[in-house]
Amino acid sequence: MTTEFTVTLRSPDTSVGTATAMKAVFIRDLKIALRQPQDLLNPLLFFVMVVTLFPLGVSPEVSFLQQAGSGILWVAALLSVLLSLDHLYRHDFDDGTLEQLVLQPQPLFLLVMAKSLAHWVLTGLPLVLLAPVLGVMVHLQGNSVAVLCLTLLIGTPVLSLIGSIGAALTLGLRAAGVLLSLLIIPLYIPVLIFGTGTVTAASEGAPVGGQLALMGAFLVLALTLAPFASAAALRISLSNS
Amino acid sequence: MAFDSFGAFIAMEGHGPYVWSCYFVFFVLMGAIAFWSLRQRRFVIAQQRRRMNSTQVRNTSPAGASFTRIEPSQD
Amino acid sequence: MWQIFHKLGSPKWFFGIAATLMPWLLWVGVAMLAAGIGWGLAFAPQDYLQGNSYRIIFIHVPAAFLAQSVYIMMAVAGLVTLVWRMKLADVFVKAVAPVGAILTFLALFTGAVWGKPTWGTWWIWDARLTSMLILLFLYFGVIALGAAISDEKSSARAVAVLVLVGVVNIPIIKYSVEWWNTLHQPATFKLTEKPSMPPEMWVPLLLSVLGLYLVFGWLACLRMQTEILLREGRTRWVKELIQARGS
Repeated sequence: MTTEFTVTLRSPDTSVGTATAMKAVFIRDLKIALRQPQDLLNPLLFFVMVVTLFPLGVSPEVSFLQQAGSGILWVAALLSVLLSLDHLYRHDFDDGTLEQLVLQPQPLFLLVMAKSLAHWVLTGLPLVLLAPVLGVMVHLQGNSVAVLCLTLLIGTPVLSLIGSIGAALTLGLRAAGVLLSLLIIPLYIPVLIFGTGTVTAASEGAPVGGQLALMGAFLVLALTLAPFASAAALRISLSNS
Repeated sequence: MAFDSFGAFIAMEGHGPYVWSCYFVFFVLMGAIAFWSLRQRRFVIAQQRRRMNSTQVRNTSPAGASFTRIEPSQD
Repeated sequence: MWQIFHKLGSPKWFFGIAATLMPWLLWVGVAMLAAGIGWGLAFAPQDYLQGNSYRIIFIHVPAAFLAQSVYIMMAVAGLVTLVWRMKLADVFVKAVAPVGAILTFLALFTGAVWGKPTWGTWWIWDARLTSMLILLFLYFGVIALGAAISDEKSSARAVAVLVLVGVVNIPIIKYSVEWWNTLHQPATFKLTEKPSMPPEMWVPLLLSVLGLYLVFGWLACLRMQTEILLREGRTRWVKELIQARGS
Protein backbone atom coordinates (compact mmCIF):
# COMPACT_ATOMS: atom_id res chain seq x y z
CA MET A 1 0.00 0.00 0.00
CA THR A 2 2.81 2.36 0.79
CA THR A 3 4.18 1.86 -2.70
CA GLU A 4 0.91 3.04 -4.14
CA PHE A 5 1.31 6.35 -2.37
CA THR A 6 4.84 6.87 -3.58
CA VAL A 7 3.79 6.19 -7.14
CA THR A 8 1.16 8.90 -7.04
CA LEU A 9 3.70 11.21 -5.53
CA ARG A 10 6.24 10.73 -8.27
CA SER A 11 3.80 11.18 -11.11
CA PRO A 12 1.09 13.59 -10.09
CA ASP A 13 -0.35 13.75 -13.61
CA THR A 14 -1.74 10.22 -13.25
CA SER A 15 -3.49 11.19 -10.02
CA VAL A 16 -5.94 8.75 -8.52
CA GLY A 17 -9.57 9.74 -8.10
CA THR A 18 -10.66 10.84 -4.64
CA ALA A 19 -12.97 7.88 -4.12
CA THR A 20 -10.19 5.46 -5.05
CA ALA A 21 -7.81 7.14 -2.67
CA MET A 22 -10.34 7.03 0.16
CA LYS A 23 -10.93 3.36 -0.51
CA ALA A 24 -7.19 2.72 -0.57
CA VAL A 25 -6.68 4.46 2.78
CA PHE A 26 -9.63 2.61 4.28
CA ILE A 27 -8.49 -0.83 3.11
CA ARG A 28 -4.88 -0.15 4.09
CA ASP A 29 -5.89 0.70 7.66
CA LEU A 30 -7.99 -2.46 7.91
CA LYS A 31 -5.18 -4.64 6.56
CA ILE A 32 -2.58 -3.20 8.90
CA ALA A 33 -4.88 -3.62 11.88
CA LEU A 34 -5.71 -7.21 10.96
CA ARG A 35 -2.01 -8.04 10.96
CA GLN A 36 -2.05 -7.54 14.73
CA PRO A 37 -5.37 -8.96 15.90
CA GLN A 38 -4.40 -8.62 19.56
CA ASP A 39 -4.55 -4.84 19.24
CA LEU A 40 -8.10 -5.19 17.97
CA LEU A 41 -9.09 -7.45 20.82
CA ASN A 42 -7.79 -5.24 23.62
CA PRO A 43 -10.47 -2.51 23.49
CA LEU A 44 -13.14 -5.23 23.45
CA LEU A 45 -11.65 -6.92 26.51
CA PHE A 46 -11.47 -3.54 28.21
CA PHE A 47 -15.14 -2.99 27.39
CA VAL A 48 -16.16 -6.31 28.95
CA MET A 49 -14.01 -5.78 32.03
CA VAL A 50 -15.29 -2.28 32.77
CA VAL A 51 -18.86 -3.56 32.52
CA THR A 52 -17.97 -6.40 34.91
CA LEU A 53 -16.70 -3.90 37.48
CA PHE A 54 -20.13 -2.37 38.05
CA PRO A 55 -22.02 -5.40 39.44
CA LEU A 56 -18.95 -6.14 41.56
CA GLY A 57 -18.34 -2.59 42.68
CA VAL A 58 -21.87 -1.29 43.12
CA SER A 59 -24.52 -3.97 43.27
CA PRO A 60 -25.49 -7.15 41.40
CA GLU A 61 -29.19 -6.55 42.09
CA VAL A 62 -31.38 -6.93 39.03
CA SER A 63 -33.28 -3.70 39.69
CA PHE A 64 -30.08 -1.63 39.88
CA LEU A 65 -28.54 -3.21 36.81
CA GLN A 66 -31.73 -2.77 34.82
CA GLN A 67 -31.77 0.90 35.67
CA ALA A 68 -28.07 1.62 35.24
CA GLY A 69 -27.26 -0.96 32.54
CA SER A 70 -27.54 1.30 29.52
CA GLY A 71 -25.39 3.93 31.20
CA ILE A 72 -22.75 1.37 32.22
CA LEU A 73 -22.54 -0.04 28.71
CA TRP A 74 -22.36 3.40 27.13
CA VAL A 75 -19.67 4.68 29.48
CA ALA A 76 -17.62 1.51 28.97
CA ALA A 77 -17.96 1.77 25.18
CA LEU A 78 -16.98 5.44 25.31
CA LEU A 79 -13.90 4.70 27.38
CA SER A 80 -12.72 1.85 25.17
CA VAL A 81 -13.10 4.00 22.04
CA LEU A 82 -11.14 6.70 23.85
CA LEU A 83 -8.36 4.24 24.67
CA SER A 84 -8.05 3.05 21.10
CA LEU A 85 -7.89 6.58 19.64
CA ASP A 86 -4.20 6.91 20.26
CA HIS A 87 -3.60 4.27 17.57
CA LEU A 88 -5.54 6.17 14.93
CA TYR A 89 -2.59 8.22 13.66
CA ARG A 90 0.29 7.06 15.82
CA HIS A 91 1.76 4.34 13.56
CA ASP A 92 1.37 6.37 10.40
CA PHE A 93 2.95 9.31 12.18
CA ASP A 94 5.92 7.25 13.34
CA ASP A 95 6.71 5.69 9.96
CA GLY A 96 6.11 8.85 7.94
CA THR A 97 3.04 7.65 6.04
CA LEU A 98 1.05 10.50 7.47
CA GLU A 99 3.25 13.10 5.80
CA GLN A 100 2.72 11.36 2.48
CA LEU A 101 -1.00 11.39 3.12
CA VAL A 102 -0.99 15.13 3.75
CA LEU A 103 0.91 15.69 0.50
CA GLN A 104 -1.65 13.81 -1.61
CA PRO A 105 -3.53 15.80 -4.24
CA GLN A 106 -6.85 14.51 -2.87
CA PRO A 107 -8.53 16.66 -0.20
CA LEU A 108 -7.09 15.66 3.15
CA PHE A 109 -10.37 15.80 5.04
CA LEU A 110 -11.79 13.01 2.87
CA LEU A 111 -8.78 10.82 3.56
CA VAL A 112 -9.15 11.62 7.26
CA MET A 113 -12.80 10.64 7.02
CA ALA A 114 -11.78 7.31 5.51
CA LYS A 115 -9.33 6.75 8.35
CA SER A 116 -11.96 7.59 10.97
CA LEU A 117 -14.41 5.18 9.36
CA ALA A 118 -11.76 2.46 9.35
CA HIS A 119 -11.20 3.17 13.03
CA TRP A 120 -14.91 2.77 13.64
CA VAL A 121 -15.07 -0.53 11.75
CA LEU A 122 -12.17 -1.80 13.84
CA THR A 123 -13.33 -0.64 17.30
CA GLY A 124 -16.90 0.70 17.28
CA LEU A 125 -18.49 -2.04 15.23
CA PRO A 126 -17.13 -4.92 17.37
CA LEU A 127 -18.44 -3.10 20.44
CA VAL A 128 -21.89 -2.91 18.86
CA LEU A 129 -21.76 -6.62 18.07
CA LEU A 130 -20.71 -7.49 21.61
CA ALA A 131 -23.26 -5.19 23.28
CA PRO A 132 -26.27 -7.59 23.12
CA VAL A 133 -24.40 -10.20 25.19
CA LEU A 134 -23.47 -7.66 27.85
CA GLY A 135 -26.95 -6.15 27.63
CA VAL A 136 -28.41 -9.50 28.64
CA MET A 137 -25.86 -9.78 31.44
CA VAL A 138 -27.04 -6.47 32.93
CA HIS A 139 -30.66 -7.66 32.60
CA LEU A 140 -31.85 -5.20 29.99
CA GLN A 141 -35.30 -6.21 28.76
CA GLY A 142 -35.83 -7.47 25.20
CA ASN A 143 -36.70 -4.22 23.46
CA SER A 144 -34.08 -2.09 25.18
CA VAL A 145 -31.25 -4.39 24.09
CA ALA A 146 -32.17 -3.72 20.47
CA VAL A 147 -32.47 0.01 21.10
CA LEU A 148 -29.14 0.00 22.91
CA CYS A 149 -27.44 -1.62 19.93
CA LEU A 150 -29.08 0.87 17.61
CA THR A 151 -27.87 3.84 19.67
CA LEU A 152 -24.38 2.36 19.79
CA LEU A 153 -24.49 1.78 16.05
CA ILE A 154 -25.32 5.45 15.43
CA GLY A 155 -23.26 6.81 18.32
CA THR A 156 -19.89 5.04 18.05
CA PRO A 157 -19.03 6.54 14.62
CA VAL A 158 -19.58 9.96 16.22
CA LEU A 159 -17.12 8.96 18.94
CA SER A 160 -14.52 7.93 16.34
CA LEU A 161 -15.01 11.09 14.29
CA ILE A 162 -14.82 13.53 17.20
CA GLY A 163 -11.98 11.53 18.69
CA SER A 164 -9.96 11.87 15.51
CA ILE A 165 -9.74 15.62 16.19
CA GLY A 166 -8.22 14.99 19.61
CA ALA A 167 -5.87 12.32 18.23
CA ALA A 168 -4.66 14.75 15.56
CA LEU A 169 -4.19 17.60 18.04
CA THR A 170 -2.15 15.54 20.50
CA LEU A 171 -0.04 13.79 17.87
CA GLY A 172 3.61 13.60 18.85
CA LEU A 173 3.13 15.09 22.30
CA ARG A 174 4.34 13.67 25.58
CA ALA A 175 1.62 11.95 27.64
CA ALA A 176 -0.68 12.29 24.66
CA GLY A 177 -3.12 9.69 25.97
CA VAL A 178 -4.20 11.55 29.10
CA LEU A 179 -4.31 14.88 27.30
CA LEU A 180 -6.43 13.31 24.56
CA SER A 181 -9.01 12.13 27.12
CA LEU A 182 -9.03 15.55 28.76
CA LEU A 183 -9.76 17.28 25.47
CA ILE A 184 -12.30 14.82 24.11
CA ILE A 185 -14.46 13.69 27.05
CA PRO A 186 -16.38 16.99 27.33
CA LEU A 187 -17.18 16.74 23.62
CA TYR A 188 -18.56 13.20 24.06
CA ILE A 189 -21.15 14.23 26.64
CA PRO A 190 -24.05 14.97 24.23
CA VAL A 191 -23.67 11.56 22.55
CA LEU A 192 -23.59 9.84 25.94
CA ILE A 193 -26.67 11.71 27.17
CA PHE A 194 -28.74 10.85 24.13
CA GLY A 195 -27.39 7.32 23.90
CA THR A 196 -28.43 6.38 27.43
CA GLY A 197 -31.52 8.58 27.41
CA THR A 198 -32.89 6.78 24.39
CA VAL A 199 -32.46 3.37 26.03
CA THR A 200 -34.07 4.62 29.25
CA ALA A 201 -37.01 5.98 27.27
CA ALA A 202 -37.34 2.66 25.44
CA SER A 203 -37.36 0.67 28.69
CA GLU A 204 -40.20 2.89 29.92
CA GLY A 205 -42.14 2.15 26.77
CA ALA A 206 -41.88 5.67 25.39
CA PRO A 207 -41.35 6.25 21.64
CA VAL A 208 -37.70 6.73 20.74
CA GLY A 209 -37.91 7.77 17.09
CA GLY A 210 -37.22 11.44 17.81
CA GLN A 211 -34.15 10.73 19.90
CA LEU A 212 -32.75 8.32 17.35
CA ALA A 213 -33.28 10.96 14.67
CA LEU A 214 -31.38 13.46 16.82
CA MET A 215 -28.51 11.04 17.22
CA GLY A 216 -28.57 10.64 13.45
CA ALA A 217 -28.28 14.41 13.21
CA PHE A 218 -25.24 14.27 15.51
CA LEU A 219 -23.73 11.68 13.18
CA VAL A 220 -24.32 13.81 10.08
CA LEU A 221 -22.91 16.86 11.85
CA ALA A 222 -19.81 14.97 13.01
CA LEU A 223 -19.35 13.42 9.59
CA THR A 224 -19.38 16.80 7.88
CA LEU A 225 -17.45 18.92 10.40
CA ALA A 226 -15.06 16.66 12.32
CA PRO A 227 -12.88 15.61 9.32
CA PHE A 228 -12.22 19.29 8.54
CA ALA A 229 -11.08 20.03 12.07
CA SER A 230 -9.10 16.80 12.19
CA ALA A 231 -7.35 17.55 8.89
CA ALA A 232 -6.48 21.07 10.06
CA ALA A 233 -5.13 19.67 13.32
CA LEU A 234 -3.07 17.08 11.44
CA ARG A 235 -1.43 19.77 9.32
CA ILE A 236 -0.58 21.74 12.46
CA SER A 237 0.86 18.73 14.28
CA LEU A 238 2.96 17.72 11.28
CA SER A 239 4.37 21.22 10.82
CA ASN A 240 5.35 21.11 14.49
CA SER A 241 7.48 17.98 14.31
CA MET B 1 -31.39 50.36 53.34
CA ALA B 2 -33.00 46.95 53.34
CA PHE B 3 -31.79 46.15 56.88
CA ASP B 4 -32.60 47.72 60.23
CA SER B 5 -29.13 47.51 61.76
CA PHE B 6 -25.60 46.55 60.89
CA GLY B 7 -26.01 43.33 62.84
CA ALA B 8 -29.01 42.39 60.72
CA PHE B 9 -26.99 43.19 57.61
CA ILE B 10 -24.26 40.77 58.66
CA ALA B 11 -26.69 38.04 59.74
CA MET B 12 -28.95 38.33 56.65
CA GLU B 13 -31.63 36.41 58.53
CA GLY B 14 -29.52 33.32 58.82
CA HIS B 15 -28.26 33.40 55.23
CA GLY B 16 -25.20 35.43 56.20
CA PRO B 17 -22.63 32.61 56.10
CA TYR B 18 -23.66 31.62 52.57
CA VAL B 19 -23.70 35.14 51.18
CA TRP B 20 -20.51 36.28 52.86
CA SER B 21 -18.51 33.15 52.03
CA CYS B 22 -19.43 33.62 48.36
CA TYR B 23 -18.31 37.24 48.36
CA PHE B 24 -15.17 36.31 50.28
CA VAL B 25 -14.12 33.62 47.79
CA PHE B 26 -14.99 35.89 44.87
CA PHE B 27 -12.80 38.73 46.09
CA VAL B 28 -9.97 36.47 47.20
CA LEU B 29 -9.78 34.71 43.83
CA MET B 30 -10.16 37.85 41.74
CA GLY B 31 -7.60 39.60 43.92
CA ALA B 32 -5.25 36.65 43.66
CA ILE B 33 -5.33 36.52 39.86
CA ALA B 34 -4.89 40.31 39.66
CA PHE B 35 -1.98 40.26 42.10
CA TRP B 36 -0.37 37.27 40.43
CA SER B 37 -0.71 38.80 36.94
CA LEU B 38 0.86 42.06 38.14
CA ARG B 39 3.72 40.20 39.77
CA GLN B 40 4.28 38.10 36.68
CA ARG B 41 4.61 41.19 34.48
CA ARG B 42 7.06 42.77 36.91
CA PHE B 43 9.02 39.53 36.98
CA VAL B 44 9.19 39.30 33.18
CA ILE B 45 10.37 42.91 32.91
CA ALA B 46 13.06 42.32 35.54
CA GLN B 47 14.15 39.16 33.75
CA GLN B 48 14.43 40.91 30.39
CA ARG B 49 16.40 43.77 31.92
CA ARG B 50 18.81 41.36 33.57
CA ARG B 51 19.37 39.62 30.25
CA MET B 52 19.91 42.95 28.47
CA ASN B 53 22.40 44.11 31.07
CA SER B 54 24.40 40.92 30.82
CA THR B 55 24.56 41.16 27.02
CA GLN B 56 25.61 44.83 27.28
CA VAL B 57 28.44 43.91 29.63
CA ARG B 58 29.56 41.30 27.17
CA ASN B 59 29.47 43.81 24.31
CA THR B 60 31.50 46.46 26.08
CA SER B 61 34.17 44.03 27.26
CA PRO B 62 37.34 44.17 25.16
CA ALA B 63 37.30 41.58 22.44
CA GLY B 64 39.37 40.69 19.47
CA ALA B 65 36.56 41.02 17.06
CA SER B 66 33.19 42.63 17.37
CA PHE B 67 29.97 41.28 16.02
CA THR B 68 26.84 43.18 15.46
CA ARG B 69 23.73 41.19 15.81
CA ILE B 70 21.04 42.29 13.41
CA GLU B 71 17.60 42.08 14.84
CA PRO B 72 14.84 42.66 12.34
CA SER B 73 11.92 44.41 13.96
CA GLN B 74 8.65 42.51 13.82
CA ASP B 75 6.33 45.41 14.25
CA MET C 1 -8.40 49.60 5.91
CA TRP C 2 -5.69 46.96 5.69
CA GLN C 3 -3.26 49.28 7.40
CA ILE C 4 -5.53 49.61 10.40
CA PHE C 5 -5.85 45.85 10.42
CA HIS C 6 -2.11 45.42 10.36
CA LYS C 7 -1.73 47.96 13.11
CA LEU C 8 -4.28 46.09 15.20
CA GLY C 9 -2.16 43.01 14.86
CA SER C 10 1.03 44.75 15.91
CA PRO C 11 2.08 43.89 19.46
CA LYS C 12 3.86 47.22 19.83
CA TRP C 13 0.78 49.21 18.92
CA PHE C 14 -1.35 47.14 21.27
CA PHE C 15 1.10 47.59 24.10
CA GLY C 16 0.75 51.37 23.92
CA ILE C 17 -3.04 51.32 23.64
CA ALA C 18 -3.31 48.88 26.55
CA ALA C 19 -1.12 51.08 28.71
CA THR C 20 -3.41 54.08 28.22
CA LEU C 21 -6.63 52.07 28.58
CA MET C 22 -5.72 50.03 31.63
CA PRO C 23 -6.15 52.61 34.41
CA TRP C 24 -9.57 53.54 33.04
CA LEU C 25 -10.68 49.93 32.73
CA LEU C 26 -9.53 49.10 36.23
CA TRP C 27 -10.86 52.06 38.17
CA VAL C 28 -14.16 52.51 36.32
CA GLY C 29 -14.68 48.74 36.54
CA VAL C 30 -13.91 48.55 40.23
CA ALA C 31 -16.16 51.54 40.93
CA MET C 32 -19.06 50.00 39.01
CA LEU C 33 -18.54 46.61 40.61
CA ALA C 34 -18.40 48.18 44.07
CA ALA C 35 -21.51 50.25 43.38
CA GLY C 36 -23.45 47.29 42.03
CA ILE C 37 -22.42 44.94 44.83
CA GLY C 38 -22.90 47.53 47.60
CA TRP C 39 -26.32 48.46 46.28
CA GLY C 40 -27.27 44.82 45.85
CA LEU C 41 -26.06 43.75 49.27
CA ALA C 42 -27.37 46.56 51.41
CA PHE C 43 -30.13 48.41 49.60
CA ALA C 44 -31.88 46.10 47.15
CA PRO C 45 -35.15 44.72 48.52
CA GLN C 46 -35.36 41.20 49.84
CA ASP C 47 -36.56 38.44 47.54
CA TYR C 48 -39.95 37.20 48.69
CA LEU C 49 -39.16 33.55 47.90
CA GLN C 50 -35.49 33.08 48.73
CA GLY C 51 -34.95 35.74 51.36
CA ASN C 52 -31.50 37.22 51.54
CA SER C 53 -29.59 34.32 50.01
CA TYR C 54 -30.52 35.67 46.59
CA ARG C 55 -27.97 38.47 47.16
CA ILE C 56 -25.35 36.02 45.85
CA ILE C 57 -26.82 36.81 42.42
CA PHE C 58 -24.79 40.03 42.23
CA ILE C 59 -21.60 38.04 41.80
CA HIS C 60 -22.97 34.72 40.54
CA VAL C 61 -24.57 36.10 37.40
CA PRO C 62 -21.64 38.37 36.42
CA ALA C 63 -19.19 35.48 36.85
CA ALA C 64 -21.36 33.04 34.89
CA PHE C 65 -22.08 35.60 32.18
CA LEU C 66 -18.44 36.48 31.74
CA ALA C 67 -17.27 32.87 31.89
CA GLN C 68 -19.39 32.07 28.84
CA SER C 69 -18.59 35.19 26.88
CA VAL C 70 -14.85 34.79 27.50
CA TYR C 71 -15.01 31.40 25.78
CA ILE C 72 -16.82 32.95 22.83
CA MET C 73 -14.26 35.77 22.67
CA MET C 74 -11.54 33.12 22.66
CA ALA C 75 -13.28 31.35 19.77
CA VAL C 76 -13.40 34.58 17.76
CA ALA C 77 -9.71 35.11 18.49
CA GLY C 78 -9.04 31.50 17.47
CA LEU C 79 -10.75 32.10 14.13
CA VAL C 80 -8.58 35.20 13.63
CA THR C 81 -5.48 33.14 14.45
CA LEU C 82 -6.36 30.51 11.86
CA VAL C 83 -7.48 32.85 9.09
CA TRP C 84 -5.11 35.82 9.39
CA ARG C 85 -2.32 34.35 11.52
CA MET C 86 -2.53 37.39 13.75
CA LYS C 87 -0.11 37.02 16.63
CA LEU C 88 -2.12 39.20 18.95
CA ALA C 89 -5.17 36.91 18.71
CA ASP C 90 -3.22 33.99 20.09
CA VAL C 91 -1.71 36.19 22.79
CA PHE C 92 -5.29 36.96 23.82
CA VAL C 93 -6.32 33.30 23.96
CA LYS C 94 -3.31 32.29 26.03
CA ALA C 95 -3.62 35.26 28.39
CA VAL C 96 -7.32 34.92 28.99
CA ALA C 97 -7.92 31.17 29.31
CA PRO C 98 -6.91 30.93 33.01
CA VAL C 99 -9.06 33.96 33.83
CA GLY C 100 -12.01 32.29 32.11
CA ALA C 101 -11.41 29.11 34.09
CA ILE C 102 -11.36 31.05 37.36
CA LEU C 103 -14.58 32.86 36.48
CA THR C 104 -16.22 29.53 35.62
CA PHE C 105 -15.07 28.10 38.93
CA LEU C 106 -16.48 31.15 40.74
CA ALA C 107 -19.82 30.75 38.99
CA LEU C 108 -19.88 27.09 40.04
CA PHE C 109 -18.84 27.81 43.60
CA THR C 110 -21.34 30.61 44.16
CA GLY C 111 -24.02 28.50 42.49
CA ALA C 112 -23.29 25.59 44.84
CA VAL C 113 -23.28 27.78 47.96
CA TRP C 114 -26.49 29.42 46.83
CA GLY C 115 -27.98 25.98 46.34
CA LYS C 116 -27.50 25.07 50.00
CA PRO C 117 -30.16 27.40 51.47
CA THR C 118 -32.35 27.18 48.35
CA TRP C 119 -32.34 23.47 47.53
CA GLY C 120 -30.99 22.13 50.80
CA THR C 121 -27.88 20.54 49.25
CA TRP C 122 -24.58 21.90 48.05
CA TRP C 123 -24.75 20.32 44.67
CA ILE C 124 -27.61 19.47 42.40
CA TRP C 125 -27.21 18.12 38.89
CA ASP C 126 -29.11 21.07 37.62
CA ALA C 127 -28.82 21.91 33.93
CA ARG C 128 -26.98 25.18 34.46
CA LEU C 129 -24.52 23.92 37.05
CA THR C 130 -23.77 20.89 34.91
CA SER C 131 -23.17 22.90 31.74
CA MET C 132 -20.91 25.23 33.74
CA LEU C 133 -18.95 22.21 34.95
CA ILE C 134 -18.50 21.03 31.35
CA LEU C 135 -17.43 24.55 30.37
CA LEU C 136 -14.79 24.34 33.11
CA PHE C 137 -13.55 21.06 31.56
CA LEU C 138 -13.33 22.78 28.18
CA TYR C 139 -11.24 25.56 29.70
CA PHE C 140 -8.94 23.00 31.32
CA GLY C 141 -8.51 21.29 27.95
CA VAL C 142 -7.52 24.56 26.27
CA ILE C 143 -5.02 25.39 29.00
CA ALA C 144 -3.54 21.88 28.98
CA LEU C 145 -3.13 21.73 25.20
CA GLY C 146 -1.55 25.19 25.11
CA ALA C 147 0.93 24.15 27.76
CA ALA C 148 1.75 20.81 26.12
CA ILE C 149 2.91 22.18 22.74
CA SER C 150 6.19 24.02 23.05
CA ASP C 151 6.39 25.48 19.55
CA GLU C 152 4.69 28.86 19.65
CA LYS C 153 3.13 28.83 16.20
CA SER C 154 1.72 25.32 16.21
CA SER C 155 0.55 25.77 19.80
CA ALA C 156 -1.38 28.86 18.70
CA ARG C 157 -3.06 27.10 15.80
CA ALA C 158 -3.78 23.85 17.66
CA VAL C 159 -5.42 25.75 20.51
CA ALA C 160 -7.41 27.75 17.97
CA VAL C 161 -8.76 24.55 16.40
CA LEU C 162 -9.66 23.17 19.82
CA VAL C 163 -11.45 26.34 20.91
CA LEU C 164 -13.44 26.41 17.67
CA VAL C 165 -14.42 22.76 18.03
CA GLY C 166 -15.48 23.55 21.60
CA VAL C 167 -17.58 26.54 20.61
CA VAL C 168 -19.44 24.49 18.00
CA ASN C 169 -20.15 21.95 20.71
CA ILE C 170 -21.28 24.36 23.43
CA PRO C 171 -24.84 24.82 22.10
CA ILE C 172 -25.16 21.07 21.55
CA ILE C 173 -23.91 20.37 25.07
CA LYS C 174 -26.24 22.98 26.53
CA TYR C 175 -29.23 21.60 24.68
CA SER C 176 -28.52 17.99 25.55
CA VAL C 177 -27.87 18.77 29.21
CA GLU C 178 -31.18 20.60 29.40
CA TRP C 179 -32.94 17.66 27.79
CA TRP C 180 -31.20 15.25 30.17
CA ASN C 181 -32.22 17.42 33.10
CA THR C 182 -35.92 17.39 32.22
CA LEU C 183 -35.63 13.63 31.86
CA HIS C 184 -34.35 13.17 35.40
CA GLN C 185 -35.78 16.10 37.35
CA PRO C 186 -39.10 17.22 35.99
CA ALA C 187 -39.52 20.18 38.37
CA THR C 188 -36.38 22.10 39.20
CA PHE C 189 -36.41 25.39 40.97
CA LYS C 190 -34.93 27.91 38.59
CA LEU C 191 -32.33 30.11 40.21
CA THR C 192 -32.46 33.29 38.25
CA GLU C 193 -35.50 33.11 36.04
CA LYS C 194 -37.98 35.29 37.83
CA PRO C 195 -41.21 36.34 36.16
CA SER C 196 -40.15 39.96 36.54
CA MET C 197 -37.31 41.51 38.43
CA PRO C 198 -37.91 44.95 39.91
CA PRO C 199 -35.47 47.66 38.81
CA GLU C 200 -34.01 47.88 42.33
CA MET C 201 -32.69 44.37 41.65
CA TRP C 202 -31.68 44.40 38.02
CA VAL C 203 -30.01 47.81 37.95
CA PRO C 204 -27.34 46.81 40.52
CA LEU C 205 -27.04 43.47 38.73
CA LEU C 206 -26.39 45.23 35.44
CA LEU C 207 -23.86 47.50 37.15
CA SER C 208 -21.90 44.61 38.56
CA VAL C 209 -21.97 42.70 35.23
CA LEU C 210 -20.58 45.73 33.39
CA GLY C 211 -18.07 46.39 36.17
CA LEU C 212 -16.76 42.84 36.02
CA TYR C 213 -16.49 43.14 32.24
CA LEU C 214 -14.25 46.19 32.63
CA VAL C 215 -12.14 44.53 35.33
CA PHE C 216 -11.79 41.54 33.02
CA GLY C 217 -10.67 43.92 30.26
CA TRP C 218 -7.97 45.26 32.57
CA LEU C 219 -6.83 41.75 33.49
CA ALA C 220 -6.77 40.73 29.82
CA CYS C 221 -4.65 43.79 28.87
CA LEU C 222 -2.28 43.18 31.77
CA ARG C 223 -1.79 39.50 30.99
CA MET C 224 -1.46 40.17 27.26
CA GLN C 225 1.27 42.71 28.01
CA THR C 226 3.14 40.09 29.99
CA GLU C 227 2.76 37.55 27.21
CA ILE C 228 3.98 40.07 24.60
CA LEU C 229 7.01 40.97 26.71
CA LEU C 230 7.86 37.30 26.98
CA ARG C 231 7.52 36.62 23.26
CA GLU C 232 8.96 39.81 21.84
CA GLY C 233 11.79 40.17 24.31
CA ARG C 234 14.37 40.28 21.51
CA THR C 235 12.83 43.11 19.52
CA ARG C 236 14.17 46.63 19.66
CA TRP C 237 11.02 48.31 20.89
CA VAL C 238 10.73 46.01 23.92
CA LYS C 239 14.35 46.69 24.83
CA GLU C 240 13.81 50.41 24.53
CA LEU C 241 10.65 50.18 26.55
CA ILE C 242 12.33 48.27 29.35
CA GLN C 243 15.26 50.69 29.38
CA ALA C 244 12.91 53.65 29.53
CA ARG C 245 11.10 52.10 32.47
CA GLY C 246 14.31 51.34 34.28
CA SER C 247 15.61 54.90 34.35
